[in-house]
Amino acid sequence: MLRYTIRRLIQLVGVVLVLSLLLFAWLRLLPGGPVSALLGDRSTPEKAAELTKQLGLDQPIFVQYFKFLGRAATGDFGTSTGVQPGDSALDIFLQRFPATIELSFFAIVIAIAVGVPLGYLAAKRRGGWFDNLSVIGSLIGVAVPVFFLAYLLKDVASSALGLPSSGRQDAIDATRVTGFFTLDGIITGEWDATFNALEHLILPAIALATIPFAVIFRITRAAVLDVLDEDFVRTAESKGLTAPVIRRRHVLRNAMLPVVTTIGLQTGALLSGAVLTEKVFSFAGVGEALAIGFERRDYPVLLLLIIMAAIVYVVVNLLVDLSYALIDPRIRTR
Amino acid sequence: MTKKEKIDGLAESAGTSLAASAWKRLRRSPVFLTGAVITGLFIVLSLLSPWLAPHDPSEPMLIDQVVKARNEIPQAQPGHPLGGDLQGRDFLSRLLVGSQQTLVVGVGATLIGLTGGLILGTLAGAIGGWVDSLVMRMVDVMLSLPSLLLAFSIAAMFARPSQFTLILAVAIVQIPVFARLLRGSMLAQRHSDHVLAATALGVKKGAIVFRHMLPNSLSPVIVQSTLVLATAIIEAAALSFLGLGNPDDRVPEWGQMLSDVQKVFDTHPHLAAWPAICIIVVALGFTLMGETLREALDPKNRR
Repeated sequence: MLRYTIRRLIQLVGVVLVLSLLLFAWLRLLPGGPVSALLGDRSTPEKAAELTKQLGLDQPIFVQYFKFLGRAATGDFGTSTGVQPGDSALDIFLQRFPATIELSFFAIVIAIAVGVPLGYLAAKRRGGWFDNLSVIGSLIGVAVPVFFLAYLLKDVASSALGLPSSGRQDAIDATRVTGFFTLDGIITGEWDATFNALEHLILPAIALATIPFAVIFRITRAAVLDVLDEDFVRTAESKGLTAPVIRRRHVLRNAMLPVVTTIGLQTGALLSGAVLTEKVFSFAGVGEALAIGFERRDYPVLLLLIIMAAIVYVVVNLLVDLSYALIDPRIRTR
Repeated sequence: MTKKEKIDGLAESAGTSLAASAWKRLRRSPVFLTGAVITGLFIVLSLLSPWLAPHDPSEPMLIDQVVKARNEIPQAQPGHPLGGDLQGRDFLSRLLVGSQQTLVVGVGATLIGLTGGLILGTLAGAIGGWVDSLVMRMVDVMLSLPSLLLAFSIAAMFARPSQFTLILAVAIVQIPVFARLLRGSMLAQRHSDHVLAATALGVKKGAIVFRHMLPNSLSPVIVQSTLVLATAIIEAAALSFLGLGNPDDRVPEWGQMLSDVQKVFDTHPHLAAWPAICIIVVALGFTLMGETLREALDPKNRR
């Protein structure tokens, strides 16, 4: 188990290095570039040349890349040229990362809390109206463009329910400790701040949760259906075990493996939805910064954010693989 | 191979192929029929749309009713049942003609993604060894990025966004999905009896790959294509929303129509609702068909 984990972590380092080199080259292929984005209409050839030199963009790409690696080792990922010009890319990441984690966390919690029980119930009542209705609902959920749903929630639900429709928190005096606004309020005892941050999270989290919910629901339903057909469930029933015991010990435990895989994959994919959701709700997270970063060709910020996104994705999948062993004792070390 | 699968295999040689028995069950499935009818209607509609549309979708005929300063948009009126869009063009006509471009984007992206996936998957699955490792590591790197981010970076690579760059960006995201799927089913074929038999008979490697392994690995890939069509349409809409769609809006496309009206969403929700509903219905149609096809072709479900 430990050896397996270490091997996977070494692989992760490899993926990150390859990815960073590819991204580095790739970003330079983008038309435009930070110089014209920064100078805009005021651009003259002299000014552009000066700025290019200042940003170090005149050097060969490999020199730039190794310089970047060297600085990155000391925690210097460069200075933002577009998202928040002048701020260090690392600061921007540290500022916005908690926002996206908070949003994704609530979204995946909603998706699991609704998707798994619903999937179980639908499987139990296979073919009934409840089953059919929820299957159709989940298929529609996948077909709805995320940003359209976000707009719908923002414009319709926010006024109907009196919920805030943009930002992470109202302009209230809140102490920052971790950057997770809900957590900060709990730590400092400022419950109003926590409550306010939660209010701001509800609508974007629901918008972001739709697709993972629909996928988790369908996988749970399919997995439970598979297990219900198994001999050991029939044995348990004929032994006279009570329904809750059968459900917990036999059905859910065995159905959870594909469900956990899916939850992992969906958690990793959340960032795609977050880019859209955060833009609609002006939620100052990583997704919003990525969208702005591309518009303004902010290389340092893009590089750091995309690499971090990939690391999160790979680590989540590693955790999923490791959790198999906890759920199913037959799977141990490979 | 379990005993049941062996018996199924025998049954197949006796005349009922997997495809035939799948078709038998599909014909009676209301879900499949619903999906097939929706996609069929969509395809017919998009082919006929130039003749069905009452007006020219690029001609601002209601322009005198558009007052930019007050953000006015022409109301529904005789001859224009859905009113006009932001530029005073007949909205119904744009919606109808938009189906064609949406079909082009969906099918185009799926075909390019499929082709790329077929090439990579065949290379990895048929040759194996270091080619397999190389291709699969490439696929891993591509899959380690969230799909929209990947599409976003590709679309941003082009100086001028257009319909084609949009299609390409959506397509590239699908390549690793197809490649991995195809490689998996080709690897499973490698040690199957018919491939061993062909090898023993001295059939050339190329012929084995293209005549035996590839055709037998295609069904999951084809099923995946119908599902990809749905995601491609939705993903293209998302890219348009982020400003990477076709800036030339004389030829309408649903995703683009949906993203064009962002600023007037709260005052004129119908301008967003119509294209959104169209996208949802069409995506649902392809998904229904794909899901039922997958279930029907799954040997586990054969009874």
